[in-house]
Amino acid sequence: MSFDDWMLALHVLSAFALVAGVIFFWVLIVEVRRTDTPEGTLRLGPLSRVAEAAVGIGMGGTIILGIWLAFSVGGYDIWDGWIIAAFVLWVVAAELGRRTNAAYVEGVKKAQELQTAGQTGPSAELLAVNRTSNGVLLQALVSIVVLLIILDMIWKPGA
Amino acid sequence: MSVLAAVRPDEWNFPLLVHAFGAMVLVGGLLTGATALAYARGDTRLLRLGYWSLLALCLPGWLVMRIGAQWIYTKEGWDELPEGTEPDWLGVGYVVADAGGLLLVIALIVGGIGVYGLRQGKGSGLLRATMILSIILLLAYLVAVWAMAGKPD
Repeated sequence: MSFDDWMLALHVLSAFALVAGVIFFWVLIVEVRRTDTPEGTLRLGPLSRVAEAAVGIGMGGTIILGIWLAFSVGGYDIWDGWIIAAFVLWVVAAELGRRTNAAYVEGVKKAQELQTAGQTGPSAELLAVNRTSNGVLLQALVSIVVLLIILDMIWKPGA
Repeated sequence: MSVLAAVRPDEWNFPLLVHAFGAMVLVGGLLTGATALAYARGDTRLLRLGYWSLLALCLPGWLVMRIGAQWIYTKEGWDELPEGTEPDWLGVGYVVADAGGLLLVIALIVGGIGVYGLRQGKGSGLLRATMILSIILLLAYLVAVWAMAGKPD
């Protein structure tokens, strides 16, 4: 295996980490939508950190190794249309992901607030925050953009 | 290899997407399920979440990945090669996919009995076994992804 083959393998593994993280967040979103207690909400914290790590490794690995491959592999150039499209989609995914995270952090904050106040029982207010429709919409948009990146990487339009 | 990727015929793209998408769902399900089971520490809600994530994501993901694998295998003409002349990376992919599928079914059966046992306050030991099998599967599939993407000689 050449060095570029290694870089390509790690680039693809990063893409797998990214998609795995997005899927993980979907599971957590479904779970938190039926969670109305502070303890139950905060219990998902360690799981969400693993999902965040997967997304972080995925986002970092795909962009860094992707840039390396664009410069190193013959036949591709950094200014190729499909590579520029991938960069743009990556930036959009990063911003949407940041906003999705912000939407769900509200539930965690509310849960901490309730727990600090000694309210450990079910809370309709917490459930409403956990069921953020804005968060679901943003996560759906993240998923669509990531899918578009995968389609762009496989079809390489214009290459 | 990269040159090959650049000139890949268009009709290979959709089968490749099906194969890769299934594999991504499989890996995502394994990561989610194994993590939920690992962090559960007896919490039945997380044990159930871990098991159902494995069942709802990994099983369909494995099926789509395997169907896509056979489709792209035929499209790329590997089935026309003489016996024993296939490249090693293809062999790694096949062995991990098929043996992994069997291990996945075992993990789901063991975990299913464990989830059923949770009603009587039992089953967490079986779900721990499912978690260990999930972690082994996750590592094996990551090796397979590396082999499929890097195509070592």
